[in-house]
Amino acid sequence: MNTIRLARAPLYAIIVSILLTTVVLTTTNADPVAAFTVLFSGALTTPSRLADMIMLASPLLLCAAGLSISFAAGQYNLGIEGQMTVGGVAAMAVLRLYTEGDSVVLLWLGAMCVGTVAGACWAGIVAILKQYARVSEIFVGLGLNFVALGISLYMVFGPWKRPGVASMSGTEPLADSLWLPVLGNTRATVVTPLIAIGVLALVWWFLRATQWGLEVRASGLSQAASQRLGVPAIRRTIQAMLVCGGAAGIAGALQVLGVYHALVPNLASGIGFMGLLVALLINADIRFVAPLVVLFAVLTSGSIQLPLSLSIDSSVSGVFQGFLVLAMIVARALLARKERG
Amino acid sequence: MHISIRNLRKAFGPVVANNDISVDFAAGQIHGILGENGAGKSTLMKILAGMYSADRGDIAIDGRIVLLGAPKRALQVGIGMVGQDPLDIPVFTILENISAGIRLAGQIPVAESFDHWNSVLGFELDPRAHIGHITVGQRQQVEIIRLLITGSQLFILDEPTTGITAAQIDALFVALRTIANAGKTVLFVTHKLDEVATLCDTVSVLRGGILVGEQAQMPVPREQILQAMFGERNALIATQSGQHHPNGTVWKLTDVFMHDAQIAFGPITTTIAAGQIVGLAGLEGSGQTLFLRHLAGMQLPHSGSIVFADTPLRAPRYDNVFLPADRLHEGIIPSMNLVEHVQLLHRHLLATGQTSREKAIQLIADYNIKATPDMPLQLLSGGNQQRAMLALIPDTARVILLEHPTRGLDAYSAEAIWQRLQERCARGATVVFFSADLEEVIRYSDAVLVFFGGSVSRVLDCDALSEQALARLIGGVGFAEVAQ
Repeated sequence: MNTIRLARAPLYAIIVSILLTTVVLTTTNADPVAAFTVLFSGALTTPSRLADMIMLASPLLLCAAGLSISFAAGQYNLGIEGQMTVGGVAAMAVLRLYTEGDSVVLLWLGAMCVGTVAGACWAGIVAILKQYARVSEIFVGLGLNFVALGISLYMVFGPWKRPGVASMSGTEPLADSLWLPVLGNTRATVVTPLIAIGVLALVWWFLRATQWGLEVRASGLSQAASQRLGVPAIRRTIQAMLVCGGAAGIAGALQVLGVYHALVPNLASGIGFMGLLVALLINADIRFVAPLVVLFAVLTSGSIQLPLSLSIDSSVSGVFQGFLVLAMIVARALLARKERG
Repeated sequence: MHISIRNLRKAFGPVVANNDISVDFAAGQIHGILGENGAGKSTLMKILAGMYSADRGDIAIDGRIVLLGAPKRALQVGIGMVGQDPLDIPVFTILENISAGIRLAGQIPVAESFDHWNSVLGFELDPRAHIGHITVGQRQQVEIIRLLITGSQLFILDEPTTGITAAQIDALFVALRTIANAGKTVLFVTHKLDEVATLCDTVSVLRGGILVGEQAQMPVPREQILQAMFGERNALIATQSGQHHPNGTVWKLTDVFMHDAQIAFGPITTTIAAGQIVGLAGLEGSGQTLFLRHLAGMQLPHSGSIVFADTPLRAPRYDNVFLPADRLHEGIIPSMNLVEHVQLLHRHLLATGQTSREKAIQLIADYNIKATPDMPLQLLSGGNQQRAMLALIPDTARVILLEHPTRGLDAYSAEAIWQRLQERCARGATVVFFSADLEEVIRYSDAVLVFFGGSVSRVLDCDALSEQALARLIGGVGFAEVAQ
């Protein structure tokens, strides 16, 4: 298959999805030019909006990086939202141990580690059921999303509820000293993006340059053939899922530490699913992860400005993102077909 | 329907599958078409059924020359082929399947026609049974009735007795005779001599793409047919087999019964010695694949025990190697290249690629693979994929299990592959393989197991076997004397 021609797919897809979104906007009497201007630049106009965009992009990057590995192993990890949620719950459990005078850094590290392990275990359930009981990872993952959400709701409204009242706004906020330090007056921390970029770099290196990565990819392409070639394919597939769950878990922990400063009912808030869209779009080419994550974060943050400045609902960005994924998949299929002649 | 074929030729690239074939098939008779695998029988039948178009030559039906470019066209003129694996919709019932295949089914009383033929032919099909739940033999019966309902005048059956029970074979023969007596033409393709002797009115033998001699009225002496099928080649058989000496036991099978969806057989009690090349001979689908899967531990016996290297075999042994016939599915990873495959075999922590690349280049030279190291294997031709897969057998493999190891390879490449395998054998590996090519089995095996009619022979010494004798055995002639 000609990779040069296939590389044009994203370009076609972006053009087509802009056109389709324009149709939706014009039929609802909105000004498409103004809407797209806000969508693409709304997130970049002020430092605080830029900061919000970065704080959305970071967990998204973590999820997408993790999913790059589970996709490479041929697993559709739809349980990523649940893995993120249990990561947040586990981190919160650690952070609640804080008493005045404890080492904050140690507690941060503890919360991130425990969050990572929790996310990995949550994904491990999926992986083991898939490999040894032949239950589809898609259904187990989705099912466990509800379980994870239930657990977090139970903690928010039950054992960890605010003294006196249980509130949708979450548990009692963390002590100020536990909040990850922010840049200036914005809500952005340096820690989250740095961890996210670090994880992406690791994932990239492992998939491209190590025997482990090669074996994960081989297992994903053909478990039977990999086993013939002596690859412990089942183990590699499970490990890939564990890594993905771990990345989601640390993302959950960082949401608690750096964004919400509490355990909130909907911690994952669709970030995991957006990560799935990114993973679908990149088609196993990890070079595209970071640009696409930034694009999705810009669009989603920018869309928040839509109702304020143009009275258009922010879900337009969802429409555009949806069209983009669809157009990308279609473009890739058409180009591949043309290639075969 | 009287079929006249004149000077028919069909080539696939450099391989001439049918060369200058001229033959007539008279109406109201059953015509046997005999030949080894690769003799060109299936190609000729597929041309008649419109699946291939001939390069040269004419086909005339009742004196009128017809062009059979497509299966639909062949069906229109009344030619129907009963495939080796009928393509049906498993969740439909028999009747639904038949109706689905007939355009304007509403205008033909399908149910009545079905009942009519079902009783005339003596089949015991339940029209409401789901296709997914009936046996291969019954599906074949459905196919025959479907062709009768659509009005076919020529019935082509390609190896129809493979994988069906003896009772179903009897029923099939009675049905085919009924069909022929009704004035229709039946072409019966097989490599089983006995079937031709029992069933057919005429016999035509193909060898290497040409018709040997002319069509003959049955009965024809068995020796004469064997001579036509195999020529004088048994005189040329090389003396390469029998040079490895058994060196302990690799497998010990005790009262093993095996089965899958197609076939069930046993009991098998046998031992396979280490350091030898063991050939499995038999018609395709007689259980060789199943046997190999059991030896690899990929499938567990229904009953009985298999002991591998002194331990009971209960799970796949990936330190053995098993190469399946479906090469893209289980043997290699289609979208990965040779360097990556080598890398997977020779495990280092970092996939630096340099040593793997050198090794891949070495393999390409050694096994004469027409590819670059960076070419995804899915882009290679079938023969090159086969070579690549053989090249990737790890040096450490103690046991090498092969299906059709040289299928699709020319004689030179096949010989090169066998040299490699014999080297492995000399270093103590055990090779078990099956091949539809009897010459290959005789030439390279030290010992042979014959599969016939749901059972397996004793381990036969290859030196004491000629190709003709083996051909007789796989057709069941004299099998009783070598059976367990």
